[in-house]
Amino acid sequence: MSTRQNFVRLGLKPAVFVLCLLPLLQQVWWAYTGNLGANPIGELTNESGVWSLRLLLATLAITPLRRLTGWGWLISVRRMLGLYAFTYGVLHLAVYWGLNQYFDLSLIAGDLKRPYIITGYLSLLFMVPLAATSTDAMVRRLGRRWQKLHRLVYAVAILGVLHYLLLVKIDFLPPLGYGLALAALLGWRVWAWQIAPRLAPLGRRQQAG
Amino acid sequence: MYIRKSSDIKPSEITDREVYRQRRRFLGLAGASAAGIAAAAALPGLLSASRKAHAQARLAVAYQSPFNTKEALTPYKDVTTYNNFYEFGVGKSDPAELAASLKPHPWTVTIDGACARPGSYHLEDFIKPHALGDYVYRHRCVEAWSMVVPWVGFPLAEVIKRAGPTGAAKYVQFTTLLDPRMFPGQRLPVLDWPYTEGLRMDEAMHPLTLLAVGLYGEVLPNQNGAPLRLVVPWKYGFKSIKSIVRISFVERQPITTWMRAVPSRYGFYSNVNPDVDRVPWSQRYERRIGDLLKRKTLMFNGYGAQVAPLYAGMNLNTYY
Repeated sequence: MSTRQNFVRLGLKPAVFVLCLLPLLQQVWWAYTGNLGANPIGELTNESGVWSLRLLLATLAITPLRRLTGWGWLISVRRMLGLYAFTYGVLHLAVYWGLNQYFDLSLIAGDLKRPYIITGYLSLLFMVPLAATSTDAMVRRLGRRWQKLHRLVYAVAILGVLHYLLLVKIDFLPPLGYGLALAALLGWRVWAWQIAPRLAPLGRRQQAG
Repeated sequence: MYIRKSSDIKPSEITDREVYRQRRRFLGLAGASAAGIAAAAALPGLLSASRKAHAQARLAVAYQSPFNTKEALTPYKDVTTYNNFYEFGVGKSDPAELAASLKPHPWTVTIDGACARPGSYHLEDFIKPHALGDYVYRHRCVEAWSMVVPWVGFPLAEVIKRAGPTGAAKYVQFTTLLDPRMFPGQRLPVLDWPYTEGLRMDEAMHPLTLLAVGLYGEVLPNQNGAPLRLVVPWKYGFKSIKSIVRISFVERQPITTWMRAVPSRYGFYSNVNPDVDRVPWSQRYERRIGDLLKRKTLMFNGYGAQVAPLYAGMNLNTYY
């Protein structure tokens, strides 16, 4: 095995795996020691959701970072980040269903008219096919269609930010912050894939002329 | 002088009350063992709940309000570490963490507008004419959590009678101190500072409506709105304006801070109402801090017998 493979397998991947687990472990520890504050369920609800969104943005940051830094090995942790974003999203839903609505179907159904609830469900729902097709075998089997399918992640992220924005009372700053980060990540893609390639030949022509 | 030295309290009193409350919470949680995971996770923390002796000076409490609820009190620690006071920041723990910058002494309260006896008073002189009572009220936040808080204070009606409002006085407007050195949150344009609130005259005169100067028999901690705050228990918590410096009698219905911020969500009345959710979330249920399961929110926060007549004939969907 090459040095690079060793670095990814024995160093990078285990490190990212543990790092992404830390927020969950911290919440569990704080719940056990009673340090979640006066409203522990509210805290668990917020933290699981916010971590899902953070990890989603981290997933979307991989490609721009690779291009800008030239660190090709970053791609080897993208799947793990995405799956962790999904995991925290599922935990978020579990806390909402179990500890906020107590699995009461009438309460859960009653919430379905609320825009922040709808965007939350859709965001998580769109992550399901992405998580399900995240294995090497599925990547191979789907080929080019895999890439098309995984563009759903943009919808997932936009819906996730909307979900946050639609539920806050007045402190729009945190969701706007995530929205700004998302806009930068998506904006880079538009620039790098749509605008820059069209400008490049133009530049060359001008130089030639 | 309305403040007695803190040596008056026997330490044993505090300890007994704490142990009592811990047992209540322990039993409550054990009973709700259906949701076992959360209970198991939260239990050790509850057992180590607020051992800390209260830091504030004792107040001389002369009477008990006839409106006192018998429900279990929310622990002092929760009342003083989990609340909204955007003048310190939008986080729930910001007030407790940052409130040291507020200096509630010396403090001046101004009475003005349509009244016979306007004036500015030192806080001590403002409070002196009033006997202090214990008022144990339910407190319902618009964010769908609630507490039971033992306030110390006196009816706002006493202050109003003293000021002698004229016929033009139809509403009472309240204003929080504007001072970004004391309130770091006022440096950010989260709300239109200073915070203002308002009540219709009959709401302001209602015997439930309280000016609070204390909590748990002690002087109000900074984070809870020292040195003087309003408590209107049948309205959402944000109506209960904190750190008041001005009480004005006005003819027109005032625009309150939250009305100005998001008019579609927050109205002048803001009565607790499980059937009307103008906010994104449901108001039908609330989480009583310390409870595992939510409870149904009561119309007028359970004070309907006292205040429903104030709104007779009004469409509460329109006047939210």
